[in-house]
Amino acid sequence: MSGNGKAPMVAVEGVKKVYRRDAEEVKVLDGLSLEVPEGDFVALMGPSGSGKTTLLNLIAGIDRPTAGKVIVAGTDVAQLGESELARWRSRNVGFIFQFYNLIPVLTAEENVALPLLLTNLSKKERRERALTALKVVGLAERSQHYPRQLSGGQEQRVAIARAIVADPKVLVADEPTGDLDSKSAEEILALMETLNRDFGKTIVMVTHDPRAAQRAHTQHHLEKGVLSL
Amino acid sequence: MALPITYNVRNVRVRWQLTLLAVVGIALVVTTIVFLTAMASGFSLALRATGRDDNAMIVQKGANAELTSGIGRNAAQVLLVDPRIARDDQGWPLSSPEILVVASYPRKADGADVNVSVRGVTPRAFEVRGGLRIVAGRQVQPGLPEVIVGERVRERYGFEVGSKVSIQNKPWEVVGVFAAEGSGFESEIWGDLETMAEPLRRTGGYQAIVVRLADPSTFEAFKTAWEGDPQVQVSVSRERAFYEAQAGPIAGALLGLAGFVGIVMGVGAVFGAMNTMYGIVASRTREIGTLRALGFSRRAILASFLTEAAILAAFGGALGCLLALPANGISGATNSANFSEIAFAFRVTPPTLFAGMVFAVMMGIVGGLLPALRAARLPITTALREV
Repeated sequence: MSGNGKAPMVAVEGVKKVYRRDAEEVKVLDGLSLEVPEGDFVALMGPSGSGKTTLLNLIAGIDRPTAGKVIVAGTDVAQLGESELARWRSRNVGFIFQFYNLIPVLTAEENVALPLLLTNLSKKERRERALTALKVVGLAERSQHYPRQLSGGQEQRVAIARAIVADPKVLVADEPTGDLDSKSAEEILALMETLNRDFGKTIVMVTHDPRAAQRAHTQHHLEKGVLSL
Repeated sequence: MALPITYNVRNVRVRWQLTLLAVVGIALVVTTIVFLTAMASGFSLALRATGRDDNAMIVQKGANAELTSGIGRNAAQVLLVDPRIARDDQGWPLSSPEILVVASYPRKADGADVNVSVRGVTPRAFEVRGGLRIVAGRQVQPGLPEVIVGERVRERYGFEVGSKVSIQNKPWEVVGVFAAEGSGFESEIWGDLETMAEPLRRTGGYQAIVVRLADPSTFEAFKTAWEGDPQVQVSVSRERAFYEAQAGPIAGALLGLAGFVGIVMGVGAVFGAMNTMYGIVASRTREIGTLRALGFSRRAILASFLTEAAILAAFGGALGCLLALPANGISGATNSANFSEIAFAFRVTPPTLFAGMVFAVMMGIVGGLLPALRAARLPITTALREV
């Protein structure tokens, strides 16, 4: 529980996740509980197959638990229907992927503006917001560039701009520096720190990289589907 | 909210190598269908004849083509006094007694000898037959060795105004070219009946007589009366029905063939389009996962991919129509019941092109549906793991 008595931004309660691979059941998460206070910057660490990405996917609302509760920003994610969940994600969660996942045929600005297509904003407002987000990540002058014209670090910054453009409360990042050289990785981590500190974003990040994990306020280690700390 | 169409347009453009195959595949199908339809519509027009419903066609009993028919001049005299036949203000019956022979000429395109119908008619024929007009030169003058040729004959054998045509080893001068609303007459050579009868050895009678009925509703009575008359030995049919009966099976078979080929090729193209769309979906699985994660609904993804398939197919359709356009006016030919060639012009009409486009877009949507459904149904986490 967070110190000031407020409800945590993320509350995972006794979550189980079982995958069925042919006849075999694979237990990925085994009764895991975790709380992330609002404004925290959390790193999820652990070996491959420990369930950290699955946990992140559950928090982000792109997967559902087999049992247990996942409450994010006051909403029990598992209770939402398919289209409600999609709408919920567009308002509450910003995604940062290892391979950036930008749409190659759209410009940086268009990529950033994508989540705003799901709002009622006018074209002009969408453009303005996208440019503002690009300014935050320091790429305003590259707004008309296509992803292939950008470096890896720049692509990830565009992806971060896309993640924050709709002003979500939670950012989820899956190995955000996993595909970057150390200099670019450093820039991205600094940017994430800024978003956490100055913009008050709650960040949950999965990483292998100890240097990345050190930038987080809290580190959780997963081992075979449970927290090992 | 839906994904913007620019997204699809740019995808089609950027992945042009992948889409090109589908576009060309659909284009070829549309070309074939437009081509076959153009042929079928030109063909059915040529064989439909300009036959009028108030005209009766009289041939020898038992003959099912003009060439095998013969009506004696005496029988004709008897027939033409029938009061049901319309008359001009001088009291002459509106009738067109005609003789018909077949002559053979080398075709311009390949030099092969081809049979052409040569028809001897009276000056009244244009009026009685209807739908005929001189488009170059003039009418023939009775008594002179002159002929006029149908437009298709000029086109296929190069018989221009002023040239000579040999009929029964005698030279005849081409003095005019006539059109007949695309009908089979355009594949014939016409001359004056009395001038031609002697050299063509048809002095004894006619092959057929066409008469205008004063009142079309008297046709059945007219038919019953003369077919039952042992003196004249004729069979009577409506002019239009007579030519349709000759052409019907061929035209029907051709239209059926066009339809069949169209369906078979269409099914093939749908599979081609589907295969391409599957490829497109497979190469963009992670992109789809990303869009879903960002909050785009399944329906938005489905609509987006169907739009893309339709855009792709529309390109194919447009290309196909473009490829088929030069077919307009090409002439083809088939044999008539008179053992002579009937040429016809391909007709690529706006409705044909429109139908081709509609067909293309339908193929695209049907071909895109399954892959689009797959794209929309994929679990987000699965889609995001794809490379």
